[in-house]
Amino acid sequence: MPLEDELYQDRILDHYEEPFHRGQCPGATHAHEDENPLCGDVVRVELSIDPDGKLRDAWFQGDGCCISQASASMLIEKMEGRKIDDVKSFSAEDMLELFGARLTPNRQKCCLLCWRVLQSALYSPLAAGGDMPGETSR
Amino acid sequence: MTTALARPLDVERLRADFPILSTVLHGTAEKAGVPLVYLDNAATTQRPRQVIQSITDVYERQYANVHRGIHWLSDQSTDLFEEARGKVRSFIGATAPEEVIFTHGTTESINLVARSWGDANLRPGDEILLTEMEHHANVVPWYQAAARTGAIVRFLPITDDGRLALDQLDKFLTDKTRVFAFTAVSNVLGTINPVADLVAAAHRVGAVVLVDAAQSAPHQKVDVVALDVDFLAFSGHKMLGPTGVGVLYGRRALLEAMPPFLGGGSMISRVTTAGFEPAELPAKFEAGTPPIVPAIALGTAIDYLEAVGVNAIHAHELALTRKAHDVLSTIPGLKFLGPAPEHKSGIVSFKLDKVHAHDVAQLLDRQGVAVRAGHHCAMPLHKRLGINASSRASFYLYNTPAEVVTLGRALDEALRIFRRK
Repeated sequence: MPLEDELYQDRILDHYEEPFHRGQCPGATHAHEDENPLCGDVVRVELSIDPDGKLRDAWFQGDGCCISQASASMLIEKMEGRKIDDVKSFSAEDMLELFGARLTPNRQKCCLLCWRVLQSALYSPLAAGGDMPGETSR
Repeated sequence: MTTALARPLDVERLRADFPILSTVLHGTAEKAGVPLVYLDNAATTQRPRQVIQSITDVYERQYANVHRGIHWLSDQSTDLFEEARGKVRSFIGATAPEEVIFTHGTTESINLVARSWGDANLRPGDEILLTEMEHHANVVPWYQAAARTGAIVRFLPITDDGRLALDQLDKFLTDKTRVFAFTAVSNVLGTINPVADLVAAAHRVGAVVLVDAAQSAPHQKVDVVALDVDFLAFSGHKMLGPTGVGVLYGRRALLEAMPPFLGGGSMISRVTTAGFEPAELPAKFEAGTPPIVPAIALGTAIDYLEAVGVNAIHAHELALTRKAHDVLSTIPGLKFLGPAPEHKSGIVSFKLDKVHAHDVAQLLDRQGVAVRAGHHCAMPLHKRLGINASSRASFYLYNTPAEVVTLGRALDEALRIFRRK
């Protein structure tokens, strides 16, 4: 299958057009936002992490290409409900595998944008009291 | 108009000079490939075989370091290098070859002025005026100069249709403005700015003018004397020449008063254990071994452009821009950036509803069409337009109306993938 047909297959376009948990996370405890300076794609991740170390709720917002936004949707769907240690050990390689379609090196960066933001969000607690979207926004 | 009408270009004959344009891509054992449709000329252009040949010729027969060796080869190389400077001088209408400095590109040319002229002349509170449509190469060096000197960077706004807000010029261009640095043609919007009027306005308040001509010198006649500019910068690789060579034109009196930029060999007349004395122009600003062969090949590129006729190239590109507006305006959800075609050069940028510019570029590539996607090194402009990225088709002398039609068809095809329901 040609690269583009693989890339723009229905499974990926479905995530792009009807993403999982796109929006603000109610009662968020952690958040992070970053962009891919090459293209300006932006992703913000908001998380609600339980005291017992479980990712209770995960949401994302963003603006960018099909790959950066569909991969965000896939990742958030996959990680929600997992133990934080499992989220931390979910590697870049795992992310590319989850996405599925083969990607050129430049577009791997699109695919890894949300993964990078999610990993940082785990270490970015919001101020006490929780739900303050925009807190870490630049 | 009193100027002679430009003859239409014989594009098919010109295309035969560019080996890369016959590339066929994405072919497989089962499927024939698609011909390359190269519409990324604002990023870099392709080279005709004459330019490629001149590079080979110099390396095979006439190459040594310039201005140094007391030997035959060095003389050969020096003559060719200085001959190229003469070609640039005449191409831009400069008075003397000493006013033509070879740099490594537009970016270095602007950095040279911001560093050398800027550090010597900017004081705390002085204003550097840029515009909202500048390329980062004409923004960042000025921020750096401002940080060193305490000067302030201001931006002349653009209108919603992507032209300079000239009605606000008097508000931004004041007796505090020491330098006005602006692009002759926007690399995203394609807008052609009224250079001569802007220069005159800047000179009325005593400001020095730098024109970023990276997108204009390759495409329309530039005359530094007629325009009365103080500094003008452009790159070789956007005008059929090699990468690694660019030009800074500077008015002689300004260049002579400026301290050197980079220090090293060539740029000195004398070095002692107590210090150094800079060389005369243009060597003063050409430290180290210059881009010898790229500069010579840029001379060949200028020969080529002049033989074709810069005015004819400009007219050809304007026709392609009008055609692109006609063809693309039928595509649902497509929004053009920048003004109406009559204010534009050969650059047509657009945005598609619900489809990101990178996806557009990737899907066009499948059909052989090369366009640029992203912020095109103009993030302040994209912020002003309220978008993160755009797609850009940019034309040159070898592009055809048929390629514009292919672009339209390829966009239709790309949209079918995204508008499945």
